[in-house]
Amino acid sequence: MSRHPAMLSRRSLLGAGSALVVSFTLARPPFPTATAQSAPPRLPGSLRTTPMLDAWIRIDANGISVFTGKAELGQGIKTALLQVAAEELSVETKQITFITADTARTPNEGYTSGSQSMQDSATAIRHAAAQARELLIAAAAVRLGLPVEQLTAKDGVVSSPDGRRADYRELATAEFLHLEARPQSKLTDPGNYRWIGKPMPRVDIPAKVTGAIAYVQDLRLPDMVHARIVRPPSYGARLRSVEVAAVERLPGVLKVVRDGHFLAVAAQREFQAVQAMDALARASQWDEDKALPNPNELYDWVRNAASKEYVIASVGNVAETAGRSLEATYHRPYQLHGAIGPSCAVAQAEAGALTVWTHAQGVYPLRAALAEMLGLAQDKIRCIHMEGSGCYGHNGADDVAADAALMAMALPGRPVRVQWMRDQEHAWEPFGAAMVTRARASLDTGGSIATWQYEVWSNAHSTRPGGAGNLMPAWHLGRAFSQPTPEPIPQPTGGGDRNAIPLYQFPNMRIVHRFIPQMPLRVSALRGLGAYMNVFSLESFMDELALAAGVDPVEFRLRHLADARARAVVELAAEKFGWDAARKPSRGLGRGFAFAKYKNLAAYTAVAAELEVERESGQIRLLRFVAADDSGEIVNPDGVRNQIEGGIVQSTSWTLREAVAFDETRIRSRDWSTYPILRFTDLPEHVEVHLIDRPGQPFLGTGESAQGPTAAAIANAVANATGVRIRELPFTPARVKAAIAV
Amino acid sequence: MRLRRALLGVLSVVLLGAAGFVFFSRQPALPAMQPASAVSFDRALIAKGAELALIGNCNVCHSKQGGAPYAGGRPLKTPFGTIYATNITPDADTGIGAWSETAFLRAMREGVRRDGAHLYPAFPYDHFTKASVGDLRAIYAFLMTREPVRAETPNNELPFPWSQRALIAGWKLLYFKAGELKPDPTLSAELNRGAYLVEGLAHCGACHTPRNHWGAEANDRYLGGGDIDGWHAPALNGASPAPVPWTSEQLFRYLTSGFEPPHGVAAGPMQPVANNLGMVAEQDVKAIAAYIGAMLGPATANRRPAPAAPEARATSRPAGGDVKAANNDGAIIYAGACALCHEPTGQRFSAHGIALTSSKVVAMADARNLSHVILEGIDPPKASPAALMPGFGAAFTDNQVAALMAYLRSTFSDQPAWSGLEETVREARQSAREP
Amino acid sequence: MLTLNINGRPHSVEAEAATPLLYALRDELGLNGAKFGCGLGQCGACTVLLDDRPILSCITPIAVTQGRQITTLEGLGGIDNPGPVQRAFIAEQAAQCGFCIAGMIMRAEGLLRRNAQPSEQEIRTHMRANLCRCGTHMRILAAVRRAAQAVRSARVDAPPTQDARR
Ligand code: FES
Ligand code: FES
Repeated sequence: MSRHPAMLSRRSLLGAGSALVVSFTLARPPFPTATAQSAPPRLPGSLRTTPMLDAWIRIDANGISVFTGKAELGQGIKTALLQVAAEELSVETKQITFITADTARTPNEGYTSGSQSMQDSATAIRHAAAQARELLIAAAAVRLGLPVEQLTAKDGVVSSPDGRRADYRELATAEFLHLEARPQSKLTDPGNYRWIGKPMPRVDIPAKVTGAIAYVQDLRLPDMVHARIVRPPSYGARLRSVEVAAVERLPGVLKVVRDGHFLAVAAQREFQAVQAMDALARASQWDEDKALPNPNELYDWVRNAASKEYVIASVGNVAETAGRSLEATYHRPYQLHGAIGPSCAVAQAEAGALTVWTHAQGVYPLRAALAEMLGLAQDKIRCIHMEGSGCYGHNGADDVAADAALMAMALPGRPVRVQWMRDQEHAWEPFGAAMVTRARASLDTGGSIATWQYEVWSNAHSTRPGGAGNLMPAWHLGRAFSQPTPEPIPQPTGGGDRNAIPLYQFPNMRIVHRFIPQMPLRVSALRGLGAYMNVFSLESFMDELALAAGVDPVEFRLRHLADARARAVVELAAEKFGWDAARKPSRGLGRGFAFAKYKNLAAYTAVAAELEVERESGQIRLLRFVAADDSGEIVNPDGVRNQIEGGIVQSTSWTLREAVAFDETRIRSRDWSTYPILRFTDLPEHVEVHLIDRPGQPFLGTGESAQGPTAAAIANAVANATGVRIRELPFTPARVKAAIAV
Repeated sequence: MRLRRALLGVLSVVLLGAAGFVFFSRQPALPAMQPASAVSFDRALIAKGAELALIGNCNVCHSKQGGAPYAGGRPLKTPFGTIYATNITPDADTGIGAWSETAFLRAMREGVRRDGAHLYPAFPYDHFTKASVGDLRAIYAFLMTREPVRAETPNNELPFPWSQRALIAGWKLLYFKAGELKPDPTLSAELNRGAYLVEGLAHCGACHTPRNHWGAEANDRYLGGGDIDGWHAPALNGASPAPVPWTSEQLFRYLTSGFEPPHGVAAGPMQPVANNLGMVAEQDVKAIAAYIGAMLGPATANRRPAPAAPEARATSRPAGGDVKAANNDGAIIYAGACALCHEPTGQRFSAHGIALTSSKVVAMADARNLSHVILEGIDPPKASPAALMPGFGAAFTDNQVAALMAYLRSTFSDQPAWSGLEETVREARQSAREP
Repeated sequence: MLTLNINGRPHSVEAEAATPLLYALRDELGLNGAKFGCGLGQCGACTVLLDDRPILSCITPIAVTQGRQITTLEGLGGIDNPGPVQRAFIAEQAAQCGFCIAGMIMRAEGLLRRNAQPSEQEIRTHMRANLCRCGTHMRILAAVRRAAQAVRSARVDAPPTQDARR
């Protein structure tokens, strides 16, 4: 067997700082090796970057452990991965100890983002587990002296027809799984599934509903202290002066830290820290500049800011010849992640090493960024994921880990817990970017789209910590790190241009992404990235064109849709909704439809909406949403449903309510009164989700797929109810009322 | 004494009724008409009517909670009993679909129903009569182009003798003066416009002017502060209790956004008013603000004590307090509840509550508003950004609310202490429970 | 030193009388149920019951709770013996991140103690004070309906001692 040197270093990296370093072994490989000369075939999922089986699965006398580099973010990934592992290992889920993102223990799978976890981690675990199972059967065959064909593996035991048995735990010797995965695995036949495709109660829910320790916010270490940060009043504000003496004398205060414009205080008790933070803020003087765009001219700024042009699709010739043509421009403001629980982290510095408990989406990238910020070697830092409040993308998780790390370094030996206050979470998290899109299309005489042009202006959609410059607290340190100029995320996934290329078949099309590097307001990945706005825009525009062509919107979509799975999802949603192409518009009551395949690579989702618009107030009353979804092979149907339902409701909140308020100096959205979101009294009466299962097909990520279609379905239903097209988000009552006039 | 008052009361009712009966207990009925179709109105007229209807707050009384706009059914509590606002959508049977423009104008200007019966002055025709015919026509055009909604108005709950509409004729004889408001040539166009709206359609005085025994506005105390739904509508004249003098600019922002930082939030019955004014043309609200501003008059040093600097208050937060009395200590309650928002790190860092030194509800003589705000909080009706305050009704006992109010009053205003606070709180809690 | 009556048992706390209850529960008594969401009384993550009525513990000084009964999520049942409302949330899988859920359960509990037959409208209006960012609302509503059902049938079926709390 040939081993790449690169693999060795991966192996040692994996073991760094942990007690689990496994020495290199020359054990006889049980698999027939591929000839050394042939190009190595691509390994499935994250096995590509972490090919050793025992990075994913370990079996010893204590039982079975499964490892993932992905993190539970409330999306139910832990349960789905557990189902996959149990299926292919042929064990009960409860026989597995499951370990998530931890730089000392688990593979490096980068970020838990982009609805990639099923594609990356579940695929890796599935193949690793299937290969482990075959190895266990092979080992049992040797031990029992029987051919493998006669043996079956079930519930952690390999048994023979005559009743002889061998327990996995006995079969697995120390180095048993310490070998590289093969490209092909003998996967369980979908007809024999015990776990995959079955609704499984989420493993994390019982603890969450009973008050057990479930979040990093609940972590209490012996001797732990609490710190709070006094953030500047605006992005670039500079600390002119601060009187610390009185604050230091407040009850419980242990230390005031000032490093450049970074100002913080630690205290014995949590509320003491909060009070000390207030006092410290009052005792501080700051200089501020007007550095933000005029909020009343935000979209002019977006359109006129220096941008780089990328032509991301060009088909045929978009020069219009005949037929009707339409043009429309759409707007989206900055929007918040707005986790219900503010960002939190615990850190402890001891003997030159630092441990950080964090709800960041990527423990390895965070470790690298912290190492750069603190000037520590990466192997001196361990980042352990613990759940936080749902994040929906890049929020304050990494930043608060940096806050905690800084405070831990200032208070060596003592675990320090830092939690942001609500106004800090609102004002300092990176927002979903403001965007402008412009669509132009012409119809041929048969009422089909002949030419399609689309432009999207957008800021970056990811400024995740690659380095310390993307940790916000590092901007304020005496030895300051500045935010690097971002680069666009390239197609096919894209960032601001995610889903800017329609899945529809247009004979002539040109799509342009205008990427704005300058970021006056802090921005980064918010669930769906540019897909939310692009799908809102192009699916609104599809309806505008359908209306111009005099064709039913669902029929119009199908007319341009070749992908059979896309068609199936559209047809299913229309059928379950009771879409009636012959329906006459009725004043005040509207129906709307929209569809997208997320990233053009992940789940297919179609959403139909029914709502009422109250003319007098502009209030939208949501009646029902019916969604259809194809996420490839479904592991946990209830989990997929939960994600789509949640996506619909969250996107409804974005679409009807949300816009970050700011003036030329400060962010003004600082709590739930200045940034209202959907409440129970605003909910739809009914939401239903229909799934198309594709056993044997690759997993397709679902986590973000409903965001765009929901927005467009609402927009189309509002247009249907009122006869007026609204192209600017959010659809607040004032905006709707102004649009429909009297 | 009491008996004499009662006898006098009865006597005057009899006289009032008799007078009304003799003179004009009923007006002629006007013929029903086919519902007007939308096309018969000019769009610009409808749009104008929409604005005026918002200024007139028609939707506030004529819509019940959860009901369709203008379909009526909202109970209006008066000292005489409960009156239900009617359906003013153009539904032919249950609304005003059968009302001709003439009938509508007569109702607005004379307080007479289409069938000739007198309308209770809970419908403020004493104000609407001051509006121009042109404006009233626009409102008619607007209302007649709404979605007709079938909704029966419940019967009024008025005990005898108030159930007798003939009495209203007498009331009108004494207190009602019909006629459009004529501009005052000595005032600017803006002030005239403001006066026209405030005294007419906006009917500010309906809440902000005190009423006499017969429910009529006491004209000698015009805008001197009145009562509405268990709240006090503060004086909008020289008697204003606002600790920080209002400017017209502040009034404008308050009326359109419902929140103006130094003064606070449009709460209680004022909330929907500000919600409406936020949707109308700016120059009309500016005119209203200018006129009210003129009514308030300039601030004088003795009438408006300067508030203490908020930063100075911050240090007055109690550290511990007497543990035994702690559960009833206003200072401690303030520190552990109110101060978290009202005394934060300052507006530089947060979007939190106003400094209570400038709060009008702490400074006014009537304690009811503050007790409502503490018990019920402020729940913004709009989906757009607006001040939000949690209610403490479940967390605090009546005693605790009273103790807190006494503390706020003594700490954040220079006004004399309130008396009977527990009773005020108990009543506010009671009235909040009712629908 | 103040004494708080939490889940039927007295607890002494050292925190000052003005300390919001949430900090006493989490930081001093190690109870995780009530969550810090905003500290401003805007989101409901910190909801607990005070004498059977839902309150926002982040803005309730411990002083006012003296002599009154505080119930937290932990008081409804633990991981091995969840109470009826907790069971309903598990049965409906009514959580995504779950951060808001403790507050949701407590607010629902407060409603059901007063009214075990709430209409859909009453449930939605009552739950309005609590925010969820994951969009789990529809499942939360289903869980509250299910819990109401369970509470009603428990009243009929259960031996009186078992559910005396209601
Ligand atoms: S944390 Fe108490 S209401 Fe938000
Ligand atoms: S489940 Fe995440 S906030 Fe509600």
